[in-house]
Amino acid sequence: MAKVIVMTSGKGGVGKTTTAAAFGAGLAMRGHRTVVIDFDVGLRNLDLIMGCERRVVFDFINVINGDARLNQALIRDKRIGELCILPTSQTRDKDALTKEGVERVLEELKADFDYIICDSPAGIERGALMALYWADEAVIVTNPEVSSVRDSDRILGVLQSRSKRAEEGAEPVKEHLLLTRYDAERVERGEMLKVDDVLEILAIPLLGIIPESQSVLKASNLGQPVIFDEVSPAGQAYADAVGRFLGHSIEHRFTRPERRGLFQRLLRRTA
Amino acid sequence: MSIFDFFRPRGQPSATAAKERLQILLAHERSTAAAPDYLPKLQREIIDLVTKYVQVADDKISVHYANAGSVSTLEVNVELPVMEPAAPMRRSFG
Ligand SMILES: Nc1ncnc2c1ncn2[C@@H]1O[C@H](COP(=O)(O)OP(=O)(O)O)[C@@H](O)[C@H]1O
Ligand SMILES: [Mg+2]
Repeated sequence: MAKVIVMTSGKGGVGKTTTAAAFGAGLAMRGHRTVVIDFDVGLRNLDLIMGCERRVVFDFINVINGDARLNQALIRDKRIGELCILPTSQTRDKDALTKEGVERVLEELKADFDYIICDSPAGIERGALMALYWADEAVIVTNPEVSSVRDSDRILGVLQSRSKRAEEGAEPVKEHLLLTRYDAERVERGEMLKVDDVLEILAIPLLGIIPESQSVLKASNLGQPVIFDEVSPAGQAYADAVGRFLGHSIEHRFTRPERRGLFQRLLRRTA
Repeated sequence: MSIFDFFRPRGQPSATAAKERLQILLAHERSTAAAPDYLPKLQREIIDLVTKYVQVADDKISVHYANAGSVSTLEVNVELPVMEPAAPMRRSFG
């Protein structure tokens, strides 16, 4: 039975798309047939982060409107056979995503995939509501920062009241907290909320902590999901999080500042 | 002394302030977030109904919704105008 996972946050720029790309690639690398859908209509970016922007011909909206078939719009990843991307359109039409249309596409995808990842736009408007409506599980992408935590709390309320599962009184959407852009050094100096603070406030299970890492920008420059960068802290943290998502018990890392020697620090500065 | 110390009473780390502010804010927001969709209309109608019988300004009527776990409450407060003291009644027991 295919599972629908939404990457959501309320707030923009916290790392949803980075996470959607990393999880898509991570699940596919482990042999699960995975598709990542871009719900950010008008601000297409997932294709760029996943490195397939030049292969976009048809998109999600074309399929919804019946202008293209699903398999014409799906882009199969060149690196991992199990991974597909369904890009969104650049239209400014806010009503392009219809409930019936999205439902039909999801039903069709469920026949061919194990995981359907929905990369939500920011906000709590139509696009974000559509991205979370059919979710079985939700990854709440949060930065250790007041406005992000507040918006995550808000989106949790929306999940608990306006998702399909909530409306039908079914088992609630399973919630996971993914704390991203975590800077252990600033946490240690008391300048940033620590993991435990955010956990205490949001009170949902912790899926992972992704450290603030230069490798994320590098990965997006290259169109390579950061999880492919197996030596980078962010890449490793995403791999751990995917493992935990699949039920493995893996200890949390990157919560303490790395003790770098002077030599390494100099090296880093020139890198 | 840094100018930022001004923002940090008692010299506490700013992350501590962040946590405290969030806890207070979210406790409030959670209690009102689950308000049903019909609430604004209900509030409006309660106000209209009350003003049909009593001459009070809109701001003297508050309709407050609160949600605490499994119990939701609707609190209606009407501040009635001071009444003219009624003329003293004289009763005669003939
Ligand atoms: N762990 C991280 N370390 C450093 N930069 C990050 C990290 N995660 C995300 N970013 C950066 O933050 C920005 C927003 O990320 P993105 O995934 O597009 O967020 P969203 O989809 O939530 O708007 C991007 O520039 C991305 O490179
Ligand atoms: Mg995004």
